[in-house]
Parts: sequence; C-alpha cells; structure tokens
Amino acid sequence: MRDEVISVSPDNLVAAVAKLKVEGYRFVTLTCMQADEGTVVILYHFDKDLVLKHLRVHVPADDPLPSITPVYFAAFLVENEIQDLFGLRFSGLTVDYERTLYLDGEVKVTPFCRYTVAKMQSDEAKSLPASVDSNGTGES
Amino acid sequence: MLKTVIPFGPQHPVLPEPLHLKLTVEEEVITEAIPALGFVHRGLELLAHSRDFHQVTQVVERVCGICSMIHAMCYCQGIEAIMEIEAPPRAKFLRTIWSEVHRIQSHLLWLGLFADSFGFESLFMQLWKIREKILDLNEATTGNRIIVSVNVIGGVRRDLNPEQISWMLAELAQVELEINRLGSTLLTDYTVKKRTAGKGVITKAQAFELGLVGPTLRASGVCQDMRMLGYAAFDQIDFEPAVETEGDCYARSKVRYREVLQSIGLIRQALSRIAPGEIRTKVKGRPEGETVCRVEQPRGELLYYIKADGTKNLERLRIRTPTFANIPALLRILPGMWLSDVPVAVLSIDPCISCTER
Repeated sequence: MRDEVISVSPDNLVAAVAKLKVEGYRFVTLTCMQADEGTVVILYHFDKDLVLKHLRVHVPADDPLPSITPVYFAAFLVENEIQDLFGLRFSGLTVDYERTLYLDGEVKVTPFCRYTVAKMQSDEAKSLPASVDSNGTGES
Repeated sequence: MLKTVIPFGPQHPVLPEPLHLKLTVEEEVITEAIPALGFVHRGLELLAHSRDFHQVTQVVERVCGICSMIHAMCYCQGIEAIMEIEAPPRAKFLRTIWSEVHRIQSHLLWLGLFADSFGFESLFMQLWKIREKILDLNEATTGNRIIVSVNVIGGVRRDLNPEQISWMLAELAQVELEINRLGSTLLTDYTVKKRTAGKGVITKAQAFELGLVGPTLRASGVCQDMRMLGYAAFDQIDFEPAVETEGDCYARSKVRYREVLQSIGLIRQALSRIAPGEIRTKVKGRPEGETVCRVEQPRGELLYYIKADGTKNLERLRIRTPTFANIPALLRILPGMWLSDVPVAVLSIDPCISCTER
C-alpha cells in the first residue's frame, strides 16, 4: 500500500485515534479482515488534505476492542457492521445495535469469519434444543 | 411532555429505498432519531470473494444501479494499481466522460425526488423528463441505460466514434438549456426556499466531525472532492469543486444543481481533448498486494480496499460508500426539527441504501 500505515496495539488505539483527530484528520472508515484462526486485523482509515493514513490493529477475535466512537461519533455504523459480520465486540460503543444492524436477532453465524464464529451467551446456549450447536447451524 | 415514537419508513412515499428511522417526538418536534438498516443487505462483499477477480467487476456494478459505472471504475483502478497496469489514455478519458454522464443522471434523479419530497410534483416531472435524455445518451453510447458495464480491468470495452461525439455534444447543449430554464425555479422559487432554506443545518465543524462526504460536505463549506486526486483523466481537465457555505437543505440542492452544469462542462472538455488510440490494455497474471482506491461518486467519496494474494479470488474487498458516511448526519440534524421537515432533511443527504448495505 502506498499510503502510510502505522501499527498500533489495541491498548493504544483510542489514544492514537484521538491524536489524529487533534492533527485534523477526517475519519473515513474501518476495514476488518480475518487474519488467521482467532485473530482479526482492522485497518482504520483517515484522511487529511486528500492523503490517507491507516492504523493497523491486530485483535484476538474473542477480546472486545475499545470503540473509537467517543472520539469519532461517525464510527458507530461501521463498528456495528463489524460486530454483525465478524462477531467482534466493541466496548463503549455509543449506539450499539447488539449485532442486529443487518442480521436478525436469531442469527448466530458471522458471515465473514472463516475460522471462528461469535460465541453465544451461556443463557442463549441453554435455551437451544440439543440438536442445535453453538453456531446456530444445526451442524457440529 | 408526552413522548411518542413514530416509525418513518422503511416504506414511505418519499423514500426511493427502504430506510427505517425510529423518531421520538414531543408534540411535533423530533427529539431523537435512530436509523435501522438491513432491508437490502445482499452480502456482495462476501460474494466478491468467491468470484474470479475479473468477474468482480460485474458484482460491484450491482452494488448500486445509479452509480454502477463509478463502482466498476473504482474497482478496476484499484486492481490496475495492484497489478501495475496503466489503462490507455483514451480509456481514461472515456471513463471520465461516462462517470460524469452518470453523475448528471444521478443528480437529476435526486433533484426530482427532492422536489417530490416537498410536494412540487411538476418540478419533479420536468427534472425527470430531462434525465430521460441522459439515459438515452447512455443507451446510445454504451448499450444500456443504467448499468452501462463499460469498465474492464485495463480499460473500457466500448469506444465513441466521431458521430457519437457530435451527437453527444448536441444533446448536452439541449440538456444544459433545459437545466438552466429550471434553475430559476429550483433556486429562487419562494416555496422551494421556504421548505429548504435554514432546514437541517450542518456547520463546517460538524461536517468534519461527522466524517461527511460529497455534496453534503461541500454544502457546509468544505472544499473536498475526490476528483481533485486526478484519477482517470481528471488531471488533464480543468476542475474546481462546487462549494456552498450555508450547510442547509437548500445549499445541498444548490451544490447538486451546480454540479449538473459543471459535469456538462467537464464532458465537453474531455470530448475536446480525447485523442485516438487503444481503449484496453491486455491483463496478464493475477493481482497480489493491497491497495486503497478512492473516487468521487455523485453522493461523495467512494472507497475500495482490495487485498489479493495472487490467486484468482480476492482475499478481501471492502466497499465504503458515501451514504454510509453520510447517515450519521441524520442523527445530528433531525433532533430539533419539525416532523413535517423530516422527508426534506432525509432526502437532502441523497440516501442510497443499496450502496450503504451492499
């Protein structure tokens, strides 16, 4: 990629994003990808004077990632989309659709995850019939 | 004060596509607006992963009909960047011409719908009558009215002959005349201004904060347009973004009206500078690498992230459409508005839900 890409850790993410905002960067969007089993990569895209800058974050799929919506409110929609499609969780999300932005509440699979699926809450799992597995697909 | 929750959409007379808004009102004033999506989500990003990277051009054309040509152009430019292919100069000019034709038909569609949103039916019909000429122009030069399917990786699949160029120039002169005739109604009519001026104001600082794009951003005084990047042949023609400062629904319609006339001028420039030559570069091999490609759709900045691993299928295709960036604006501008102004305010961001949900 020709643009500048900076790797940051999940712990430093919000601080790095806040710094970009102070420097006058406009929030563009997020791109989420499955890296390998149990790991997700998120690219945070920012623009200033038509030049892009990207932050790259590696996140364990099971761990919640801090939401950047307290810094850039506009990120709420794409963070909700990632929750739906990748099963990742964002903590502190300003407007949280609880994984129902595109999908219906009963859908338990996350379409983009090739290796993992989002884990259901234990009370949800208990309420399912024995023939339905934790993927919600009926296949083990 | 008693609060009432009113569902706005997904089926609503002013909405061309299904968007649901949960509006909380006190008497007739909106206090909260929460959008709900998911009515036309088709999983096209996922579908793209299971298709050959050449076939993905046809997949992305179906993200949105109204700006299908620009989706395909953005995707092809992204793959060309990864594979280090240069489209021939004539192909770049043809892409510029057809993308501006697409912008005109999209803006005329919106201007008509906008007139419809405040009940000006005759203006709506006049604008769509003009739009028919643009669709005829698409059909005559590409074979299709909406999904023109002219882009391929490495160039375009159709050319323009001198007779078509002369005919296009004559048609555009006619369209320009008719647009100018409607301009006085659209921009100075008392009723239009009463319904749009001062409504749904977004300041320059708010527009930046909300990450807005396209005419919605430029109507708030921010001079940003992806065509300034100089993709296709935009680096070889004179271009200055249309910017207004009021930030209200009226300013957003004014920007789009000015952009229709501007696009006619850009097409004229491109047609006068297009040189004979090849229209397609041969593509060999498979893409490997990642890139971010941006172009200016009628609704604003379109971003494609493409990652390829040297196989025939892409590893990741991410599409961020302009309406996706503009929806947060609704959460800010609707609270405090009268319920009767909601259709005008919602339409003013030119929402394309097919684009948004993909």
